Amino acid sequence: MSETIPAQAPNLVCTTCDRPLVIGPVRASYLGQTFPVDLPHCPGCGFVYVSPDLADGRMLKVEQALEDK
Amino acid sequence: MDGDRVRHWESLCVEEQPPACAAACPMHLDARTMLEKTAAGDFAGAFAVFARHIPFPAIVAHVCDHPCEPACRRGERGGAVAIGRIERAIVEEAYVGSRRTVQKNRRAKRVAVVGAGLAGLSAAHDLAVRGHVVAVYEADVRPLERLHRDYPPEVLPPSAIEADLGGLARLGIEIHCRARVGVGDGPIDLALLIETHDAVLVALGPGPAAGFAAILPLADDGRIAADPDTCATGVAKVFSTGRLGDAVDGYSPIRAIHDGRRAGGSIERFLQGASLTAARSDDGSAESRLHVNVEAHPPVAPVVPADPARGYRRDEAMAEAARCFPCHCLECVKVCEWLGFWGSNPKRYVREIYNNDCIVMGNRKSNRMIDGCTLCGLCGEVCPTGLDMSEVVLAARRSMVARGKMPPSHHEFALLEMAAARAPTATLARHRPGRTRSATLFFPGCQLSGSLPGLVERIWDHLDDRIAGGVGLWLDCCGAPAHWAGREGMVEAATAGLRTTWENLGRPGVVTACSSCRVMFEGFLPEIAITSLWECLAAVGLPAGSAAAGGPLAIHDPCTTRGRPEVQRAVRDLAGRLGLKLRELGGPELSTCCGFGGLSRFADREVAERIVTRRVGEDPADFLAYCATCRDAFARAGKRTAHLAELIFSDPARPDPAGRADPGLSARRRERAALVRRLKRERWGEAMAEPEPTIELEISDEVRLDMERRLILVEDVVAVITEAEATGRRLVDPATGRRIASRRVGEVTFWVDYAVRGGGFVLARAWSHRMNVEAAR
Ligand code: SF4
Ligand SMILES: [Zn+2]
Repeated sequence: MSETIPAQAPNLVCTTCDRPLVIGPVRASYLGQTFPVDLPHCPGCGFVYVSPDLADGRMLKVEQALEDK
Repeated sequence: MDGDRVRHWESLCVEEQPPACAAACPMHLDARTMLEKTAAGDFAGAFAVFARHIPFPAIVAHVCDHPCEPACRRGERGGAVAIGRIERAIVEEAYVGSRRTVQKNRRAKRVAVVGAGLAGLSAAHDLAVRGHVVAVYEADVRPLERLHRDYPPEVLPPSAIEADLGGLARLGIEIHCRARVGVGDGPIDLALLIETHDAVLVALGPGPAAGFAAILPLADDGRIAADPDTCATGVAKVFSTGRLGDAVDGYSPIRAIHDGRRAGGSIERFLQGASLTAARSDDGSAESRLHVNVEAHPPVAPVVPADPARGYRRDEAMAEAARCFPCHCLECVKVCEWLGFWGSNPKRYVREIYNNDCIVMGNRKSNRMIDGCTLCGLCGEVCPTGLDMSEVVLAARRSMVARGKMPPSHHEFALLEMAAARAPTATLARHRPGRTRSATLFFPGCQLSGSLPGLVERIWDHLDDRIAGGVGLWLDCCGAPAHWAGREGMVEAATAGLRTTWENLGRPGVVTACSSCRVMFEGFLPEIAITSLWECLAAVGLPAGSAAAGGPLAIHDPCTTRGRPEVQRAVRDLAGRLGLKLRELGGPELSTCCGFGGLSRFADREVAERIVTRRVGEDPADFLAYCATCRDAFARAGKRTAHLAELIFSDPARPDPAGRADPGLSARRRERAALVRRLKRERWGEAMAEPEPTIELEISDEVRLDMERRLILVEDVVAVITEAEATGRRLVDPATGRRIASRRVGEVTFWVDYAVRGGGFVLARAWSHRMNVEAAR
């Protein structure tokens, strides 16, 4: 999913921790496969943000590829 | 999937059969492709196709007796395409000689050919191309003497003969003229040729053949005796042509060339030690099995050349070539968006689907294709051989499910939807209040109950009023989604539940408003006598006050009424009684699906939307539907569509049924449960608590439609916001103040972007994904 990683974290703030999101490694998993990926998340509580563009684009492609395995 | 069934399906599709012209040509020239290229002005490409099949393109272009033309299907619509004349124009425009080159052959053999006529040289050509060393012996002063003798130069210019002979020389064939082969006399002895070559082909007419009788026995007609299919004589290594060229009705150059090709083919097999008879496909002219809807093409007269003696000029040849249809079947592909979407034909699709099924490791490329079919059966209806892709697709889906290879995202939503429709809160099966038995049960189907719950009650009351013995009400789902998803176990469980319910109610007959339910009952619960609501209404009569006169409306029959003309007739009868003017959309048997069938809409929205777009574009008039899903699918696509039941049970509060918006997935689910509560409360006097009011949420039409496409329910969004507001776990965009939160339910993560307004919320956007993302540990 590397291509869609925004160069900059979106301008969003975690309400719980009151900290802006940063981009960094998180864990993505589907159908028993787990892989690391850089996504925006809260450095405090770890809340990971998946933008609509990511969900509809590259992430959907990976989901489908895994479903077709 | 069962391999035998797959091969049977594959064999049904005739689209890849050669067209009539190619079948009739003894050399099986692909005239269809050649004409397509000619029509496009690509004469070089056309020549390449011609020369790929024909070893002597210049000669054949001038003297071929073109057996393709009497077979040409254009002959039925204005006159056969003048393929012979076009060939001549192609050769004049683009002749570059035969492009065939000699293949490398590490086991090259020596072959002698006796006789440099078309048959002998055709065999020599094919064998030389295969890399063999070929020597031709001709008694005359030059090769192809017969052509010089039989055709005047204006018909066959000597230069054409020279040009093609030049091609043979380039293949390394040595032609020895004035080289009479004899038996025991003269310089070249047949016995010696046989001894010094790996194979010998005798390609002579009946006259000279007599001279070889001492070695090669003659047949009754004076020719060398040889097997008509393999050209093998009784003598080892020796083959003989001469059985086809002059065969039935006079000399045919193309049959002579084919004769040589067949002999050359046999010799090649012989040299390789292969069987002379196994799997041969060179038996000359044949009938084509390709189906062509000739009637669909308006007649067009042939192009007459300005100068008949000279033949077609370039533009004339192009215009004449454009008269080729070209021949294809594709009857199914023409009527089905799904078949068209994947760009090929059912024969290939069957193979691809089977290959997909056989993959053990690696990518299954056809999953999406398999799950995009609506299972509507229209292909089987229009196919000349009755190939019904829904059988193929359903078998594939069942196999995918059985092996755990069905992509979970394709049908999960639909199956959850079915579970919701079958939940105790959404179902009911009872006799009329105060009765202990029912003559009939009304089974509206889960889609009508969700889309028009008020109407369900009115229909039920009307039927009960008209049918002696009382009518009970049965709200449930027939299990069709599980069937379409290939989930046989789920279908069994659902239908077993329905059977028990029906038995508990005393096994009455069932009237259903939904034709999919009807098909499911017929297929899985054959012990239940089922009729459609429409036949029933036609029999018991319409309620007082139904007056819908108007129109014209274009009538759309649900695909699940295919093959059930009694239902389609009853609907037209009812519409007539209402005074409606109807227009047919190509007739009930050619009806398409609305995209809900086969769960196409859930697995492949793009294809389902194309199906709907095409259907609603067929007639500008408002549509009349008699299935709630069809009605709502068309409404969602912006097509004004009325449901027949809404016209029969008209409601002054709803003056424009055709203009009613699609209620959507969320409302249908909510309404089904609300209907059950209302009925229990009002009809049976049970205390039914209404659900607690949830948050106040505003959703624009645009966002609602987007959610509908993404299969996100309002209740999913409400759950996300409720949880986020309770826990405070959410993001905020400082620039706009909008909030973003997510919640994982089962295998799906729902995201909501929303604003706070007053005491409630305004939805900006909702989306979802299946992949789970978490902070790295
Ligand atoms: S209708 Fe379709 S499936 Fe049937 S023969 Fe023609 S191309 Fe093949
Ligand atoms: Zn945080």
